[in-house]
Amino acid sequence: MFWQIILGIWMSAVIVASFLYMPSTQGLGEMGRIIVYHVPAAWIAVAAYLMAMLNSLGYLRQNKLQLDRQAQINAELGTVFCLLATVTGAIWSRGAWGQYWNWDPRQTSITVLLMIYAAYFVLRSAIPDAERRARLAAVYAILAFLTVPFLVFIAPRVYVSLHPDLINVQNRSFAMDRKMLVVFLASLLGFTGLYAWMYNVQLRLENLLAAAAMKRREYDG
Amino acid sequence: MIKPLRWVKQGLAIWRKDLQIEFRTRYTYSALVMFAVTTLVTVSFAIGGFTADVEITAALLWIILFFSAMAGLARTFVAEEETGTVTALKMAAQPEPVYLGKYLFNVTILCSLALLVVPLFIMLLNISIVLPLAFCAVVLLGTLGLAGASTILAAIVSKAGAKNSLLTVLAFPVLLPLLITAISATRAALGGGLAAEVRSHLLTLFFYNGVAVVASLLLFEYVWNE
Repeated sequence: MFWQIILGIWMSAVIVASFLYMPSTQGLGEMGRIIVYHVPAAWIAVAAYLMAMLNSLGYLRQNKLQLDRQAQINAELGTVFCLLATVTGAIWSRGAWGQYWNWDPRQTSITVLLMIYAAYFVLRSAIPDAERRARLAAVYAILAFLTVPFLVFIAPRVYVSLHPDLINVQNRSFAMDRKMLVVFLASLLGFTGLYAWMYNVQLRLENLLAAAAMKRREYDG
Repeated sequence: MIKPLRWVKQGLAIWRKDLQIEFRTRYTYSALVMFAVTTLVTVSFAIGGFTADVEITAALLWIILFFSAMAGLARTFVAEEETGTVTALKMAAQPEPVYLGKYLFNVTILCSLALLVVPLFIMLLNISIVLPLAFCAVVLLGTLGLAGASTILAAIVSKAGAKNSLLTVLAFPVLLPLLITAISATRAALGGGLAAEVRSHLLTLFFYNGVAVVASLLLFEYVWNE
């Protein structure tokens, strides 16, 4: 309970700071404030999806259903954060580019990412047997994740993107002033805490459900 | 223990077996051709006497090829499950040759479909190709990629109880990078884009093919063996 309260206060402070403490950004004006929510959500989404793929790889190696549950939860949380990133991105796009959606390469790749995991959940729901579901879903998750680099790294190079880059690879610089950076990092920490907390709750729930199903089978058999 | 030569030999044997079965019934191929021709005729009829933009025709060509491929390839492994020959195949060969054989069979089917559909498409929609060689390369690499990524997905679908339309749902996000690249490349080849642009697209298609086949070879064992 203690950590949840800290997290609640922390996130509230970040929200207040993003409007009152943080200066408006150069070029983007007041619209730039959304960076505090949009970018951490997108980063956490990618991190969760990466974890889901690592869990899937682990499942294929070790055959432990626990790992499959972790993969499922990571994929679910990744989708939640990915949706947040998509919605905040669309709002920002409306302010900066004049349209909610215009198939910028970034918007294309995030759509594909969402579709991959939507298909992943459809596949999971199609298979009743737990072991078989775990194995086939793991194979699909790995296969699908391998195509992401084509969209994330190749597409933006082939098609011109208007999306601002936070980290400039060529100059090795980080395009933020100090005050903004403080709020941004605090938000990133808050989002990570939020992810960790949600992951914990979900994992405990799924483990209990699995244990309950096992008990029921013992009782029936 | 990697024995590529033996894999290829056994894979070719499975490919020949599938071809023989296909020649007896002609079910997969005729279903595929009918699907493709029906869509093609509908599209051509809707466009009528107009000449459509390359922007549209390039996308139409790949939509037709993608959905025909999905209609036909879903049966790759389902047929084995239905006739109960899965167990025999499992005993006869390792997973990798099975994948290779099925992949080669799908490539054969899709390439022969493309050989029929693409010329028809060009005739019916009144298209003039600016870069013919590049266009052929795009169609070839695109169909190879379609087969490469969908073969293992077809295996997943057959193990998932062969639910209807599951293959399309699973394949679409995986194939989307391929489709987007193929559509842009086709557009460039038809509409007189720069040769360098087509070349970079072709390179992407080539690497997509490589990644799809290698990843499938590595992962197929987990789908096939239970």
